Amino acid sequence: MIKGYVVIDKEVCKGCELCVGACPQECLELAQKINQRGYRYAELKDDSCTGCVNCALVCPDVAITVYRQTKPKKTV
Amino acid sequence: MEQDTELTFECVYEKPETLTETRLHYCPGCGHGVAHRLLMETIDELGIQDQTIGIAPVGCSVFAYYYMNIDMQEAAHGRASAVATGVKRVLPDKYVFSYQGDGDLAAIGTAETIHTVNRGENILIVFINNAIYGMTGGQMAPTTLSHQVTSTTPYGRDTKLAGYPLKITELIAQLPGAYYVTRQAVDTANNIRKLKKAFKAAFEYQKLDKGTCFIEVLSNCPSGWKMTPLQANQWIVDNMYPMYPLGDIKVPEKVK
Amino acid sequence: MQNNEKSTEQNSNDIRLMKGNEALAEAAIRAGLHAYFGYPITPQSEILEYLTEQVPKRHGVVLQAESEVASINMVYGAAGAGKRVMTTSSSPGISLMMEGISYIAAAELPCLLVNVNRGGPGLGTIQPSQGDYFQSTKGGGHGDYRLIVLAPSSVQEMADFVFDGFRLAEKYRNPALILSDGALGQMMEKVHLPAEGSLPYTETPWATTGKPKTRPSNFITSLHMEPEQMEEINLKLQAKYKAIKEAEVRYEEYLIDDAEIVLTAFGLAARICMDAIDMVREKGIKAGLIRPITLFPFPEKRIAEISHKAKYFLDVEMNAGQMIEDVRLAVNGRCNVYFTGRMGGMIPSPEAVAEVIEKIVANSYSLEY
Repeated sequence: MIKGYVVIDKEVCKGCELCVGACPQECLELAQKINQRGYRYAELKDDSCTGCVNCALVCPDVAITVYRQTKPKKTV
Repeated sequence: MEQDTELTFECVYEKPETLTETRLHYCPGCGHGVAHRLLMETIDELGIQDQTIGIAPVGCSVFAYYYMNIDMQEAAHGRASAVATGVKRVLPDKYVFSYQGDGDLAAIGTAETIHTVNRGENILIVFINNAIYGMTGGQMAPTTLSHQVTSTTPYGRDTKLAGYPLKITELIAQLPGAYYVTRQAVDTANNIRKLKKAFKAAFEYQKLDKGTCFIEVLSNCPSGWKMTPLQANQWIVDNMYPMYPLGDIKVPEKVK
Repeated sequence: MQNNEKSTEQNSNDIRLMKGNEALAEAAIRAGLHAYFGYPITPQSEILEYLTEQVPKRHGVVLQAESEVASINMVYGAAGAGKRVMTTSSSPGISLMMEGISYIAAAELPCLLVNVNRGGPGLGTIQPSQGDYFQSTKGGGHGDYRLIVLAPSSVQEMADFVFDGFRLAEKYRNPALILSDGALGQMMEKVHLPAEGSLPYTETPWATTGKPKTRPSNFITSLHMEPEQMEEINLKLQAKYKAIKEAEVRYEEYLIDDAEIVLTAFGLAARICMDAIDMVREKGIKAGLIRPITLFPFPEKRIAEISHKAKYFLDVEMNAGQMIEDVRLAVNGRCNVYFTGRMGGMIPSPEAVAEVIEKIVANSYSLEY
């Protein structure tokens, strides 16, 4: 399984939950806390992220940066 | 012999450079943010930030110029495609697009919309269709569906009194000046990928000077529809798809 | 104290706390509105929304048009058919309507227009302003025409002036305009609503209702190719405006009798002036106010009268100084007419106005503005 992770700018997030709905791994959820603007922000809840980018695609506020495992180099 | 290297990660998705740092003011879940981002990504990838001029409408995206880091003009309500015409006629080598909502393009701007396409102005018209007037508080739009409740159709849109949902895209596709006409959406990740391809194609077609590119984008209005963003995007699937089917409506013949 | 007649029979059994926009809309229905065409624009979209909700339950036609341009042209058609019709908008939307308004005035059609003035010029702001005084009273659209202009300064007047507006428009076959502002439209106050059906309809033998055998056909037009004919039409319009000036001037006065410094203001600004006057009266300054209610016809005779007794005038407006020109014309050099105001959606405070009054009386305030 390819591994990935996302960095979500919690102050930019508006808690719209579109990323939560778009994630095939269901590894995103809204935090119990709120940001400066009163929104519950999205965050990873486990490490099953594969870096598929779906969440960042649907995020209207460009709050998500996605990192994906680089292909392992073969050494001979 | 293969050795397991330690995992390294690379960034595979980040904010496009041509989108400014300014926080978007749109309601949580609003499709405008996605459409803005895709347009700016396209401009980034084609490397045409310094050659592109955008025209902003009146509507929720009236402040689009705070977010798009390219030259922009603000047009009066409905008149964006006429402003775009003026810019393109005097700067024919630049990329020009208008970005309009359903009231701007298909109500007050219908005349301008039809005549701009009819002239085959060599621009891109981006049409954000969310079947409601967002900025002024949720009134009926020309694309509002039959029976849809809005603040000015409190009993649901009665087509006998208020007319039918206007499929302006199909209308203008019939004009010979329309070169590439397609309908996409920002409701799912896959549709977003397709929309991005459509934007890219449209900018590339502009180099050909063959007519107007017109991209309708089905989007949501969680505030006006009085739903959560997730519910709103499902509403697009359940209610908007049947009236406004996705896909290419007019595609240029393959350039030989 | 007000001079001149009012239309409304105030039915004190029907008293509500209402937003200005909604009171106006309710009054329009009670005035027997036949048709409303409008377009959303802040800060008056509530008028359209109220009517789309209420009219189907009561009587009449309501339609959200695709623009203000379409709205005013729909008004022209319905007015030409002899119906009682209204449209409303705010500054930029009113600008859009100017061509249509000129046509309506030229064709001598009655209708009621409402401008809920917002900050300008340009796309401006949604906050209240009085920057459309010139547009309302001096033309706005092209050609030699005038609108009958009523300036409310309370939610009560937002309702009352609907009746007055229709009555005057139909009496003179001329468009009437209520010049309100974004604060009056949004604020809530107690209002005695006028009685339903208490404004009778006028005969409209000129209307395009279908030609019976008993009369020749009616044209509603403003096009007259022969210059002699066009001049005749213009002379007829000018005679009408003269008659309006003679019969329909309306104003309100506050503590005018012994006033040494007379404030002139309309609409919301007049209420602010009254507070300022109370403040300076406590310090012994004899200030008073004349509030024009009809901006056209302007109370020039009354202001001229007052200028024989007063020492100073202070004009207070939420604009760069528009009505002051009419005040100065009426005062005709007898006194200095000073100005204070705010623009762009800002509202002057009574304290600021009081300070200006004191400076004027102390001869330390400039005539420049």
